[in-house]
Amino acid sequence: MTDVTLTEHPALVRLRAQFGDAVLETHAHRGDHTAVVAPERYHDVMRFLHDDPECDYDFLTDLTAWDRLRMELAPRFEVVVHLYSTSRNDRLRIKTRPTDDEAPAVDSIVDIYRAANWPEREVWDMFGIRFHGHPNLKRILMYEEFVGHPLRKDYPVNKRQPLVEERPIPDDRPSTLFYT
Amino acid sequence: MNADQGGFITSRLSDGIAWARKWSLFPYPFVTACCGMEYMSVSSAHYDLDRFGAAWPRFSPRQADMLLVVGTISHKMAPVLKKVYEQMCEPKWVVAFGVCTCTGGFYDNYATVQGIDRIIPVDCYIPGCPPRPEAVLDALMKLQAKIQASRHPLAGSVVERPRN
Ligand code: SF4
Repeated sequence: MTDVTLTEHPALVRLRAQFGDAVLETHAHRGDHTAVVAPERYHDVMRFLHDDPECDYDFLTDLTAWDRLRMELAPRFEVVVHLYSTSRNDRLRIKTRPTDDEAPAVDSIVDIYRAANWPEREVWDMFGIRFHGHPNLKRILMYEEFVGHPLRKDYPVNKRQPLVEERPIPDDRPSTLFYT
Repeated sequence: MNADQGGFITSRLSDGIAWARKWSLFPYPFVTACCGMEYMSVSSAHYDLDRFGAAWPRFSPRQADMLLVVGTISHKMAPVLKKVYEQMCEPKWVVAFGVCTCTGGFYDNYATVQGIDRIIPVDCYIPGCPPRPEAVLDALMKLQAKIQASRHPLAGSVVERPRN
């Protein structure tokens, strides 16, 4: 997958020069530039990409995650951040993999990109990945009584957690539409 | 219809009240999702719900007697829907508009109530994703038939009063 000739994106070159081994992988696919960084340096990398005048990624397009359980890849979770530079019209994707599969956690980047606030809450809600330093890390989409994290691949697809007591519904209920 | 149980007057009274009710439905549109677009089209002039006396949506459940549940109901929304239903005065009727409200539709997942009849009783189901306006009009006419077939408690109580 890794095509070295295509990874010489200026921001990736600067990133490798600055962080060395903390940049675990880079790859490019049809102009889609990605760097996987070590979770310990993730916050520093984001700070650098935001502050460095030659990078100047001033806009957080998206922050999400995915569960790689079925892929049997380790570590299990990967946080994916999409950045955009409005001054240079350039995009970059940064990924990081929290090392602990049982209690995954990475640093919050809300202090760098305020737009990360709600996406980090969503990632916590859906995947159960904690963000250290987040000002208000609580569920954003599911209700507070909800147990578990539904987008984890081991969340049962048929599991329901109703808030209202459900009425018993027989499978063979008669149609009440035409009674005269 | 239990016309044979009562006298001519009481059964006519029940029929008359049902007739009056079925031509003056006040819908409460509980609109949560994409079916709402179809509800807007069906409730505007082209399809003319006023022919059925059901044109004027009331945005307070206390003023409505037909609850139109239009769109996907999530488990998070379910307590709200139940409360709205409970706030409506009797007599009241519930129409499930679209497959999401009938069965959960294709949202067979953690978030969606698998049919609103798991929470509140439903009088009329309209399938479709979203239903065509003609299907909604058909459902409305079927609901009218159902209302016409119901007996008014007042007329019933007159029938059941012992005669001496
Ligand atoms: S039935 Fe289809 S159109 Fe209606 S709310 Fe569900 S998904 Fe949307």
